[in-house]
Formats: sequence, structure tokens, C-alpha cells
Amino acid sequence: MAYSDKVLDHYENPRNVGSLDKDDPNVGTGMVGAPACGDVMKLQIKLGENGIIEDAKFKTYGCGSAIASSSLVTEMLKGKTLDEAESIKNSAIAEELALPPVKIHCSVLAEDAIKAAIEDLKNKK
Amino acid sequence: MKLPIYMDYSATTPVDKRVAEKMIPFITEDFGNPASRSHAYGWTAEHAVEEARRNVASLVNADPKEIVWTSGATESNNLAIKGIAEFYSKDKGKHIITCATEHKAVIDAFRELERLGYEATYLEPEANGLVDLEKLRAAIRPETVLVSVMLVNNEIGVVQDITSIGNICREHNVYFHVDAAQATGKVDIDLAKLPIDAMSFSAHKTYGPKGIGALYVRRKPRIRLQAQMHGGGHERGMRSGTLATHQIVGMGEAFRIAKEEMHAENKRIKALHERLLKGLTEIEEVYVNGDLEHRVPHNLNISFNYVEGESLIMAIKDIAVSSGSACTSASLEPSYVLRALGRSDELAHSSIRFSIGRYTTEQDIDHAIDVLKQKIGKLRELSPLWEMFKDGVDLSKVEWAAH
Repeated sequence: MAYSDKVLDHYENPRNVGSLDKDDPNVGTGMVGAPACGDVMKLQIKLGENGIIEDAKFKTYGCGSAIASSSLVTEMLKGKTLDEAESIKNSAIAEELALPPVKIHCSVLAEDAIKAAIEDLKNKK
Repeated sequence: MKLPIYMDYSATTPVDKRVAEKMIPFITEDFGNPASRSHAYGWTAEHAVEEARRNVASLVNADPKEIVWTSGATESNNLAIKGIAEFYSKDKGKHIITCATEHKAVIDAFRELERLGYEATYLEPEANGLVDLEKLRAAIRPETVLVSVMLVNNEIGVVQDITSIGNICREHNVYFHVDAAQATGKVDIDLAKLPIDAMSFSAHKTYGPKGIGALYVRRKPRIRLQAQMHGGGHERGMRSGTLATHQIVGMGEAFRIAKEEMHAENKRIKALHERLLKGLTEIEEVYVNGDLEHRVPHNLNISFNYVEGESLIMAIKDIAVSSGSACTSASLEPSYVLRALGRSDELAHSSIRFSIGRYTTEQDIDHAIDVLKQKIGKLRELSPLWEMFKDGVDLSKVEWAAH
């Protein structure tokens, strides 16, 4: 399968790989997907005092497109409010990475991860 | 070192240069139709076809008259399975047996027969990939007409006990077909002794050209089959169509070389296999798929836990291998072969098939090991599953949101 240059770039040089302290009240953790399906994404966001996402980290088990989708999402999230973050659509991710139809589910998963991380954060408040 | 390093010999092999050289004159100069009886062009082509037939027969110790040319192992499998089932079901019945880990060319031929009113049993192999003989015995019924089991598995390289399977078939008066596409030049095959009625061969898995194969059809006692391709009555009516002389010459030469060199070659490949196995099993959390004893050394199918197969293949683009998982072919299902062995979806998703051959060197193996060690480390740093495993989380107890 041919990957777009953007997927390859995020895959070769993934941004913001790592973990934040999941017990920190300002950190929201979203874990979506299932190993049996071939992809699991863990996305974490850290909210600053001003209500702006100041950090985002990810770890992903999955194909190159899944890794690229989550890497891209961490870049998109930084500097956004939760409302802005919640409005990120999978289509924007798929378009930015030029994902082929068979890989659209990777962008859907990334959107789900954002929603799950925000929900976790809200539950802590 | 030529990059990417080719380690996908089970998918196909390069044509041996000696084979290619032998084929070329039959494309340009000696182009005659082997069925032309009236002139020297035809006689030359026919002579070459018959020499090739002797070479193919000789590798598997069969009579040349038992070899039927086809377009490849897929056609051979279809011809044997449908041809035997159709010819003998009138007397015997409409039940057929195969193994769940067979090649799609066998599985789908069985599915087609099911559609036509046959009943099929797909035996689940043991966890090591081998067919349990007692399960086979229990599956045979009075109306069973055919059993089809492959000799060497294409994904995991295990070698089935076709002698014992054939003997059980003989006891019950059931016809036995063997798909040997992955076996020629790798294991000894003696059809004069083996209790087998039909066997499929492919040229391009044994350093011959693509688009040519053969089916062995036993003569003593004589096995009949219903032709699937109708026309000029070539190949004693079993497979019509003008013979592809240059392809046939290529297959013959490839099989002649295989017979001559296989024992020395297999010794060398066994050493390479051990080197690869040793290097890769130094990595934590790896699982070899398929029996380690009853196997060809040409194949090593291995699962790297907590790493997804497609991203791994992407990471090791300097090594041409295939994912045991069919992800690469755009279907998101894990390998049905590994699932049949009882491997978890995760392990089935994380598998890589290394297959080595005639032109693989020690340097290739060492390079592959280095790359794998480095990339597995990198991908595990990325993997939330690896992190959980390292934190002592039992992943089987986690409730995942399947999607």
C-alpha cells in the first residue's frame, strides 16, 4: 500500500510520543480501540490554568495510518480550548493525511480518542 | 547488499538465470506448437515439453505420463479437487474433507463444491499447525469421496504427515489430493511410495517462471478426473489448451536443478534459519508460529507481541517480507491460518513471515536481525499495549471497546 508523504513523515518522526500522569486532575486520558481489531490509541491531554490544552501525548498500537492520525491529533490539540478540541472532525484528519478509504477508520478512532480524553477530563472536574 | 533484502520466497522466487537462459530460445526461435505433428517446429517443441515432463516427474519420482501441465498450483488444485469430486461422487458420495489452514485455492474450491451441493469438513489443526490423524479418521464417512491436505504450509511452513494421512485415506477408500506448491525442492517427495492420488505443483515457488504448474494424477491404480477446461483435448483430455512451451521448459529446468541441488541447498538454508531464529528470539515477547520440528527451514513465521504487523512491515521496509496478517491486502482480518492455530487476534495481527531461499546470505540474515531489533524497540516505545504489559496489566482482562 502506498502511503502519503504526510503519513510517512508522522510515522517516521512521530510527534509527542509518551505519557502524562493519568492521576493528575488536569490530565484527561482516552484509550480507544481494541488489540483484536489491530489498533489501540491512548491519547492524553493536559489542560492549563487558562483552559487551554498545553500538552498532548499519545501512544498507538496500530498501522502506520493509525500512528500518523494520533501523532497529527496531538499537534492539532495543543493551544485549543476543550470546545475547539471537541469540534475536531475525523474528516479533517483524513484529509490532512490523505488517508485512503480503507484507512478512514484510523481517523475515526483518533476523533474518538479526543472525545474520550475530554470526557475523562470533565469527569475529574 | 541489495536493498530491500528479499525474504518473501514463499510468495514467489526469482527465476534462476540458468532457467531463464533455457527458456528464451523457445520464445523466439523454437516457437512451434508442441501439438503440431506435421513439421519440425512442432517436433522440436514437443521434444522440449517431454524432456521437461521427465524432469518434473523425476523430482517427485513419478512416471512422466502422470504429469499434466496447468497454469499453476491454483489451477492444479481446482482441477484435482473439482475433477475428482465430480468424477467419483456418483459412486462414493458428496462429502469432502480438508484442513482450515489450506491455501485459498483449496478452501475456495471446496466452497464452490459446497455451493454445488457437496458437504465439506474443515479440520481444525492442532496448535502446532499439524492435522490430528484421529480427528481426520473421525471425520471420514462412508460417503467421503476426497481428502485434500497440503504438504508444506505457505504461511507457517509446517510439513504435514502425508504418508499417514494417505494411509488412512486408503483404508477408507477415499481419494487423496496434496497441494505441494510450497514443497518442491524443499522436502523429498517419492510418489512411487506415497499413498497419494493427485498432487499439485507450481514452478514459480521453485525458481521457475510464473504462470505454469503441473498436476500429478496417479496411473496405477488409475485416477480419473472430470476436465475443467474443455477444448482440443490436450494432456490426454484432462487439460485442454495449447501448451506454453517456454514456460514448461522453464519449469522442467527449475525442477531438474532442484533435484540436483536441493540437499546441499537445504543444508545451507537450515543454517540460515537457525541464525535468524536465534537472533529474533533474543527479542522479548516473540512467538514462533507453527511446529518447530515438522517444518521446512525456508519459513519462519513469528509474532512480535504488542506491535502491529502492518506498521512493523512499514518500519522494516528494507526487508521484503509479508505480514502473516492479511492487513497488507487491505482486508483488516488477521490471518485465518494463525487464527486456526488458536493464536489470539493480537498475536495474529503481529506476525511476520520471513521466507528465505537460494540467494539469501548470512549478511542478509544479520542485517534483518539488526533492523528488527531496532524497529521492534521503537514501535514498542509507541505501543500503549507494551506500556501496559510492562506495568503488569493483564491485557486479556481489559474491557476493550471493539470497533
